[in-house]
Amino acid sequence: MPIPSSLVTLLVGMALVLSGLWVGYNVDLLPLDASANAPVYDSLFRVLFSIGTILFLGIVGLVVFSLVRFRRRPGDQTDGLAIEGNLLLEIVWTAIPAIVVLFVGIYSYDIYERMGGMSSLNDHSAMHRMPPMETMEASVSTAGPGVDPTAAPALKAPRVWGGIGTGADETNVLPVEVTAMQFAFIFHYPEGDITSGELHVPNGRPVELRMKANDVIHAFWVPQFRLKQDVIPGQPTVLTFTPTKAGSYPIICAELCGPYHGGMRSTVVVHEPEAYDAWLLKNSPVTATVASAPGTPTA
Amino acid sequence: MTVASPNDFQDSLQPQGWLRYFSFSLDHKVIGIQYLVTGFLFYFIGGALAGVIRAELASPISDFVSRETYNEVLTLHGTVMIFLWIVPVVNGGFGNYLIPFYVGARDMAFPRLNAVAFWMIPPAGILLIGSYFITGAAQSGWTAYPPLSLTTPALGQVVWIVSVLLLGGSSIFGGINFIATVLKLRRPGLKLMQLPMYCWAMLGTSILVVLSTPVLAGTLLLLSFDIVAHTGFFNPALGGNVVVYQHLFWFYSHPAVYIMVLPAFGLVSEILPIHSRKPLFGYTTMVYSILAIVVLGLVVWAHHMFTSGTPPWMRLFFTIATSFIAVPTGIKFFNWLATLWGGKLALNSAMLFSCAFIVNFVFGGITGVALAQVPFDIHVHDTYFVVGHFHYIVYGGTVFVIFASIYHWYPKFTGRMLNEDLGRLHFLLTFVGFNLCFAPQHWLGLNGMPRRVAEYDPSFTTLNQISSVGALLMAISSLPFLYNVLVSAFKGQVAGDNPWNALTPEWLTSSPPPVENWIGAAPLVEHPYGYGVDEDALSVEAATGRDLWSGTGRR
Repeated sequence: MPIPSSLVTLLVGMALVLSGLWVGYNVDLLPLDASANAPVYDSLFRVLFSIGTILFLGIVGLVVFSLVRFRRRPGDQTDGLAIEGNLLLEIVWTAIPAIVVLFVGIYSYDIYERMGGMSSLNDHSAMHRMPPMETMEASVSTAGPGVDPTAAPALKAPRVWGGIGTGADETNVLPVEVTAMQFAFIFHYPEGDITSGELHVPNGRPVELRMKANDVIHAFWVPQFRLKQDVIPGQPTVLTFTPTKAGSYPIICAELCGPYHGGMRSTVVVHEPEAYDAWLLKNSPVTATVASAPGTPTA
Repeated sequence: MTVASPNDFQDSLQPQGWLRYFSFSLDHKVIGIQYLVTGFLFYFIGGALAGVIRAELASPISDFVSRETYNEVLTLHGTVMIFLWIVPVVNGGFGNYLIPFYVGARDMAFPRLNAVAFWMIPPAGILLIGSYFITGAAQSGWTAYPPLSLTTPALGQVVWIVSVLLLGGSSIFGGINFIATVLKLRRPGLKLMQLPMYCWAMLGTSILVVLSTPVLAGTLLLLSFDIVAHTGFFNPALGGNVVVYQHLFWFYSHPAVYIMVLPAFGLVSEILPIHSRKPLFGYTTMVYSILAIVVLGLVVWAHHMFTSGTPPWMRLFFTIATSFIAVPTGIKFFNWLATLWGGKLALNSAMLFSCAFIVNFVFGGITGVALAQVPFDIHVHDTYFVVGHFHYIVYGGTVFVIFASIYHWYPKFTGRMLNEDLGRLHFLLTFVGFNLCFAPQHWLGLNGMPRRVAEYDPSFTTLNQISSVGALLMAISSLPFLYNVLVSAFKGQVAGDNPWNALTPEWLTSSPPPVENWIGAAPLVEHPYGYGVDEDALSVEAATGRDLWSGTGRR
């Protein structure tokens, strides 16, 4: 007695969903997660990976099955069934992707909010904290045609576009000024007046990068933090993150910036807080007493 | 009203025989072949450039070419492949050849404009390629983002702009011509909803071309002013805004993806029913999903700019809009699967390439929906993940369809069949090589390899070498194809007028067709997909999955 096709379909569907979930949660394609929003990102990745696997396996399975099952036998010159359409089926496969896409969209919006992406919408803290040095060029870039650029700075704070993660806990934020140029990142610490070619940050403390570019567009990317923000000439940008694992991770320029683009790399060193304080003390160019006072408010 | 026709010149000025392919011919079929052959020449140039990139990336240090040359090569590769290969071939090539047949016309609406559109391409291509040897080519990528494009050597960048403007102009001329032909040149009695699906695809594509390409042209003009006349539209040092350029650029260049992909959807909709011996499933929904893709395709451009400093509300809007393109696209894929289901599938090269297109494009579509999500994109934007994604769309999608279409329509073009064994060998090499080349790039992007680099972290060496081997296989795969196409034109098996036993109008004439397409009146094809048997023996409502499974009800 043949197995009813509805049962076969059900079993195949269940196997498909289970294998998709298994792949999504067991195949690890991502690098180490070393910032507070990396695990959040990874949970989104797992959901997308599972849904994608289910869809991909299902469709590839159907194609392969059709190619084998419905292949034209030698000598068979007849046509297939003259099925021109089926309204119910069309509704089903319009509705299901629409629901999946809506779910994915809402879920990723939720993820985005948890990563702090939406907070910069009304976040003026980043603007207040921007040092006045960018005021001039920022206002020029955002004043737009018709507005007298010289009048703008007096009226409003320069518009700062934040990357993900802006608006973190404000009292404890470590500000770092980032200048991107062909072909290097320069990090300047207002606390302690240190200038460095590597980014040194303490573990567990929010870091706010205030970024500007001197020449062309660059992008600041740390794969282990799952963060990227373009560094745009004429328009300061902000990126906030909280490292969670001590170690050294690559900083990569991700926007084509010239011949040595591939070599425009640096390192972010996440220290334990004590080690970071020691680093700060050691590298401060002025006398240690002056530098350490603002440099260690959190210790 | 006098309409220019190929006959005006036929006896006096126009060369006959093979020479007409080098002439200012007004015959849409000649122009179609001109587009196709020119496109393939540029495909091999672009492929050689890709070979240089993969050779450089076989080792983690910059050792194969100089860094400047590498950036020139990647810029030329992108520009050649998009503007000189895919866009002209799927639009100009197959469009010119097929659309007049499908609407029952003897030529395009504006044959002279059509010829002008084609003849803008060779000078643009020669200019672009020649710039590498004479002035040095542009180095700022096919996106030409300022301020990089303002600071790299100016001459090469200006030549690049002139070349792209010429190609954009050619594309606009073609788009206007297709819209006019489909809407106004239909044979009397032929309704819009009876047109083969490729007509709808080309109508949608042409609307996108006409709406968005002028924006690119204007943007590039402003960019050239910035370079030549030192204006400050996009120069931050002079008060310009670089992000505005990105908005304007992607307002064209995202629809450009659909300009490359929608015609491929149309072509595959022609190929699948014929080789499955079944009607195209869900004709009406296929038409509406094309129109939905056209509308949505115009409002998703900023998903290329999630890391560019766009405000959060904009990121959210473009995430949702982009995700929803998956719905009409998904409808098309499910309809193709339903077209295959229960058919009599001929496993020939055209069918294999078409089915591989479905597989590749679904993979690229899934990574595309993932990339549409802002938080996801912020990690992988401008990495090899994106490189992998769009090659799955444009190569795994469109180029596979181009090959399927060559195997399918070659008998019509030449009157001779291509060799199937060589075709299957070509398919196997292409499919394996393609996946070997581009699948590992997703992992590379997730783990920290940015795109457009000549050097990379040594820990990525193995996967990059696998990718380069895949690229080598793809290069090798073009050998059986080339041999097949060249030799079969003279020694191939004679095809006859309608070797596939097809119903669409281009097969209802001789192979190759006469100058004005038909001897006598054009046939009225009301059911271009009227394949299938036993319509009354097994109605749709009565059929269960088990009937299809067990084959009851089929002869």
